[in-house]
Amino acid sequence: MTPRRSPRAVLPWLFCALMAGCANQPQPYDYSAFRAHPPRSILVLPPINQGTTVEGTYGFLSAATRPLAEHGYYVFPVSVVDHFMKAQGMPGAGEMHEVPLARAREILGADAVLFVTLERYGQTYVVVDSVSEVRIRARLYDTASETLIWEGSGFAQSGLGGGGDPLARLVAAVVVQAIGSSTDASHGLSPVAMNNMLASPKRGLPYGPYHPKAGLTE
Amino acid sequence: MIARRIPRPAALAALLLATGCTSTPPTLYAWGQYEPLVYASYASPGKVPAAEQLALLQQDIDEAAASGRRVPPGVRAYMGYLLAEEGKPDAARVQFLAEKVAFPESAVFMDRLIEGIGGKP
Repeated sequence: MTPRRSPRAVLPWLFCALMAGCANQPQPYDYSAFRAHPPRSILVLPPINQGTTVEGTYGFLSAATRPLAEHGYYVFPVSVVDHFMKAQGMPGAGEMHEVPLARAREILGADAVLFVTLERYGQTYVVVDSVSEVRIRARLYDTASETLIWEGSGFAQSGLGGGGDPLARLVAAVVVQAIGSSTDASHGLSPVAMNNMLASPKRGLPYGPYHPKAGLTE
Repeated sequence: MIARRIPRPAALAALLLATGCTSTPPTLYAWGQYEPLVYASYASPGKVPAAEQLALLQQDIDEAAASGRRVPPGVRAYMGYLLAEEGKPDAARVQFLAEKVAFPESAVFMDRLIEGIGGKP
């Protein structure tokens, strides 16, 4: 005999299917590791740059302090740390990301290190639009326990927008592409991507000790 | 003919509500020229000489003090670094110590930098 499914068991699924938002609800982040090791200070290293332009590394790094400091953390001076580590024999982000966490703690006194990967940074030419894009991924490690306490991703984009004569937009797109590459339009998008990452619904970084909402996530 | 008019109290209330909705909370810090200068130092090296950067950052610090705002993490440390590069270790040490006072989390690194320029932490 086939078991009969109770109509009531189907209802929650039906309800969820009708509510369009259900499929896109972000999975809440598990903050237990973070709560065990909440940092006061964060060291932001130059990012690993997977984007198409070399400007991405410092275009991102020079705009990384404000979002994190406004989120309530002490942020080590990015330029000073960069020059300091270069003087210690680490020429770039690749080498700096290899530094043992215990060393970051001992030498710089950092509670946590933010390892950022710049997945996209720069102009992409998309049909009749020219789009500036920044996409980042980051992982935050506690230096004392050497555990991952948070991770996130963020994205920001700007383009010409829609409407108008397709040929004119095509020409405009090429011009924007050319100008954009030389003036690094993506630099302005870096903090937007960072803020989007820090404030991700249900997955954001908790506010730091200098923020009125210290410890809260939203 | 009756003229259509929005009653005054309602219009005033709407205006107050609108401005209240669009106001943004003040930032924790007064950011000034810090990030643009760091960006310029990488994107266009040498375009803004150290002395000019220091003058602009000192202006930011003075303006922040005048309006009761706080100087962001790293500004004084960056000034100390610029001063050290200019061959002014005593002035650099003053800035590193000021960073330490404002942000105790920076103590280990600031002491390291002071030692690096031959000073006493």
